Amino acid sequence: MNNAYLYALTGIVLFTLGLYALIIYSHLLRKILAINIMASGVFLQLVALSTRARPLLDAVPHAMVITGIVVAVSATALALALMLRLRDASGSAELIEESTE
Amino acid sequence: MLIVLPLIGTLLCFLLPRQVKALGLMTALAIAASAVALLWQLLQQGAMRYSVGGWGAPLGIDLYADGLSLLMLLITATVGLAISIYANAAFKLDKLVHFWPLWLLLWTALNALFLSADLFNLYVSLELLGLSAVALVALAGGSAALGAAMRYLLVSLLGSMLYLLGLALLYHSFASVDIAILAQRMESTPAVWAAMALMTVGLLLKTALFPLHFWLPPAHANAPAAVSALLSALVVKGSFYILLRLWLEVFPLSHAAPGQLLGLLGAAAILWGGVQALRQTRLKMLIAYSTVSQLGYLFIAFPLATTMAWKGAMYLLLSHALAKSAMFLAAGNLLLFGGHDRITQLDRVAQRLPLTLAAFALAGVSIIGLPISGGFIGKWLLLTAAMQSGEWGWAVVMILGSLLAAAYIFKVIGYAFTQAEVTHEACEVSKTMGATAFVLALAAIVLGLIAPWLLALMDIAEPFAMSSAALNAGAAA
Repeated sequence: MNNAYLYALTGIVLFTLGLYALIIYSHLLRKILAINIMASGVFLQLVALSTRARPLLDAVPHAMVITGIVVAVSATALALALMLRLRDASGSAELIEESTE
Repeated sequence: MLIVLPLIGTLLCFLLPRQVKALGLMTALAIAASAVALLWQLLQQGAMRYSVGGWGAPLGIDLYADGLSLLMLLITATVGLAISIYANAAFKLDKLVHFWPLWLLLWTALNALFLSADLFNLYVSLELLGLSAVALVALAGGSAALGAAMRYLLVSLLGSMLYLLGLALLYHSFASVDIAILAQRMESTPAVWAAMALMTVGLLLKTALFPLHFWLPPAHANAPAAVSALLSALVVKGSFYILLRLWLEVFPLSHAAPGQLLGLLGAAAILWGGVQALRQTRLKMLIAYSTVSQLGYLFIAFPLATTMAWKGAMYLLLSHALAKSAMFLAAGNLLLFGGHDRITQLDRVAQRLPLTLAAFALAGVSIIGLPISGGFIGKWLLLTAAMQSGEWGWAVVMILGSLLAAAYIFKVIGYAFTQAEVTHEACEVSKTMGATAFVLALAAIVLGLIAPWLLALMDIAEPFAMSSAALNAGAAA
């Protein structure tokens, strides 16, 4: 097993861990962190797998990861802002199951 | 042009909050005009490809426009323009200051999405679309809307992550994310199947296909009316459009099993959404569940996979965009008028808000799929496609879905004519708001009358040709 696969597998593990946490925990901060961990997993995957696509280092996935990180940062900022607003409005930072009424 | 224009509008609206009303409307008009200009160009030259900055396909960013993207751009411009006018009349200035920049940003994302020629660009515009849509839902304020927005955001991010992971696998296998290049190099390996599954599930989450629809009704029902109309009419269609592109061009459809699965989910969505819509007591929830049901129809095209079926689904998509935005705007008027949207207490609105109710009824005609409306043409094409390939099951589900739609729409209209037990003070609703809803609903009907012309537009560059060819090859082999 070479290094690239090790990184790629780590990426998958991170992604799965994040997905698990996203579903299991009810506190919103944990959910937001879980999504960030998932994103790190995907980015690791992108970079690790790109070394195998061509023999030389490929710059395109790096550009993608940079773009992805920018997107993830802004998404996290929006999520955190929403969470704070929600806590102010409803008194708890958790999602409540809404009744159909 | 179509992407830069709304972006400039966004910045200007941020910088000059006082003039936001006029500025926004001017930008909306300019975008609509450039969409029409693109229509003109495409009619003369056929499909277009444009490299941003002159870098070219493998490395740079390419924009691509064919019949499919053109129709999506046009429908976005039509619905967008109407909603812009409505919003200017409905929101107060302090809300408008936030509404306009976000809405123009959303418009930027939609136009970029419909013009992108590579999968990564699609990811970026999809993310932009999701974020601005979430912010628009949160605009309503209050804990219900904020909770719905939060749930929407989490679902949307999860969907994008799945999509990006699939994209990583595809890049690993083929060293490109350009749709045209991928289509040439495509082969059936386990990595491709994994990528296809990941991307499809991610996009289905965002398109809210049953059983991944749970986030849609609260998000769409709790947003302000103009925003709900945008979400139902355009935003969910964005991710559906990517799904369509992927399945039509990137992944050859010669394997029938995944298509059948999507079709089954679509059929379940039609029935479940219809039944849930019937059970709702609030008008906006009813309309939101109706969206879930109508989205199901679009997926019936996947198992059929003939050119006629794709065209039917596209037609249904366009007419649903018009009819559903009209319905949500009408519901917004009723909400403002009576201060609530409980269906059983719609107190004689037929006499008191005739224009709004006419809009609702006309939109309903298209949603049910009664003749001469746009919805009828779409359903007719889908039904014919189902019967031609001898798959009666899909046809039965579609007809049942129409009956359910008729039931829930007549339920609302019935209550609108009768006097409620509790009478209430009515608030004034401006003429513009009724009129825009009515114009949109009328457009949904007119869509049925200009069918031959629109169907010809879809043939520019023949976006559907490839899947039928692949299917024929599969059948021959």
